[in-house]
Amino acid sequence: MKRLFLLVALLMLSAQRDPILVPEVSQDDVQVQQGFTGTELLLFGVILDPTGARAGEDYDIVVVLKGPTEPITVREKARVGGIWVNADSTAFQSAPSFFAVASSRPIEEIVDERTAAIYELGLGYLQLSPTGAIDPEEQTRFTAGLVDLRSRQGLYKEDPSGVQISEQVLYQVRISLPSNVQTGTYTAETFAITRGRVIASAIAEVEVRKVGFERFVEVFSERQSLFYGFLAVFLSVGMGWVAGRLFALI
Amino acid sequence: MDVYLPIANLSVNGLVIVGLGALTGVLSGLFGVGGGFLTTPLLIFYGVPPTVAAASAATQITGASVSGVLAHGRRGGVDYRMGTVMVAGGVLGAGIGALLFRFFQSIGQIDTVINVLYVFLLGSVGSLMAREAWQAVRPPEGGAAKPAMKRRHHRLVAALPLRWRFYGSGLYISPIAPLLLGVVVGALTMLMGVGGGFILVPAMLYILGMSANVVVGTSLYNILFVTMATTMMHALTTHAVDIVLVALLLFGSVTGAQLGTQVAQKFKPEYLRLALAAIVLLVTARMFFGLFVRPEEIYTVVPL
Repeated sequence: MKRLFLLVALLMLSAQRDPILVPEVSQDDVQVQQGFTGTELLLFGVILDPTGARAGEDYDIVVVLKGPTEPITVREKARVGGIWVNADSTAFQSAPSFFAVASSRPIEEIVDERTAAIYELGLGYLQLSPTGAIDPEEQTRFTAGLVDLRSRQGLYKEDPSGVQISEQVLYQVRISLPSNVQTGTYTAETFAITRGRVIASAIAEVEVRKVGFERFVEVFSERQSLFYGFLAVFLSVGMGWVAGRLFALI
Repeated sequence: MDVYLPIANLSVNGLVIVGLGALTGVLSGLFGVGGGFLTTPLLIFYGVPPTVAAASAATQITGASVSGVLAHGRRGGVDYRMGTVMVAGGVLGAGIGALLFRFFQSIGQIDTVINVLYVFLLGSVGSLMAREAWQAVRPPEGGAAKPAMKRRHHRLVAALPLRWRFYGSGLYISPIAPLLLGVVVGALTMLMGVGGGFILVPAMLYILGMSANVVVGTSLYNILFVTMATTMMHALTTHAVDIVLVALLLFGSVTGAQLGTQVAQKFKPEYLRLALAAIVLLVTARMFFGLFVRPEEIYTVVPL
């Protein structure tokens, strides 16, 4: 919110001619509960001239939806004495649990590599904050491994033609979240780009959270571990006993 | 039927999990083993995180062994004294197992350790069982069958100091032997998410020399309490027990177990043991093969 305010203030002060982005998300609160099999978010918005008229120029739009980051270890299997075991590993301090980039054209046609790296526009430009002194080549290998793994899990994705822009004003993109997404605050950053330069950006937030019974179970298991354990034992003993009695009657 | 598992953080087909529980239930009813050696790997294969799979499988085994213990207890098939000594060892072993688990996890070798343990233990127990069952099934050569081997505990067991009388088992041996056995099986329960019946039963017969009619009941008694302790340990340390997953597995397994028990009465026990040996060896072969084949995923991610 603060960032958004600063951004608006900055826009008002300096660049009179730069357009304003007004982003919106179809669902700013994703509820994970029984029957949740993933969801599709519609991210849309308008590009306006500061005077309120349509911007009337061809812009490219890039939308980056990013899940909460977490510190992780990535391990790599290798053949040791005939069998496959985990050999090398590396740590990343800020790996996003979800990362989707959608753009109106392929990224490399919109911006140069440097700009793409600064704004994290693409899976090749993830800022993972690796720790420890490991040579860059190894780092690249591990990053590629992580991106490949999470891409196949549906957690990392790139869609170079996902954003549709109508009449130079309205843009929209659909991004699907699979059922195995992590809960937390997701940020949807939208960039308006023209002639290789980012001229406007805006952030919208999406809250992904467990509700109802699912939230209860998660919180219960974390905060009241002892009682949760007793409950699990009680449940299994109870079910086993009841089943034994029931079948004895038949 | 989609069911969201709140601890595993993923949506699964509930019917598949119930079916998986039923499959292990039938096995336990048929053969008297917990079936954990199948549940844990199959859950992992289905996409459940390995820790959640092992923790929840242990909880499920608790439920699956309850009715067995009650049934055996009613007809005097449980040596409570022996069982309690083993449970004491088992709880200690579960603690040791938890430490080992954490150690191997921190150096990233827990999967390899689990797989090698599976191959080694299942392979040796499976082949022992297969040989024994095959000899029982095969028509005796040259007329008279060999006289039954005299039941006798292992020489090392006799060398241990301190002796207790175990009336149910018909033994006068040192309690250290069952205690140690309990420790080993408890550690395996924590590490592999198995009940350990497939190791306990042969060890009780051939190492301790317990009388056959209390072996299965006492083994189940031990498994019941050790898996309870394992569940508590997982609940307190790894927070990986998924109660929804447990309920689904149990629903399948308690029903399957009853079915298995009824089917079991229609077949000769030798043939059942031969079938179990075949299944165990099949699982072993698959896991052994898996060690040498290039895995589908070269990279794995674990939270720091």
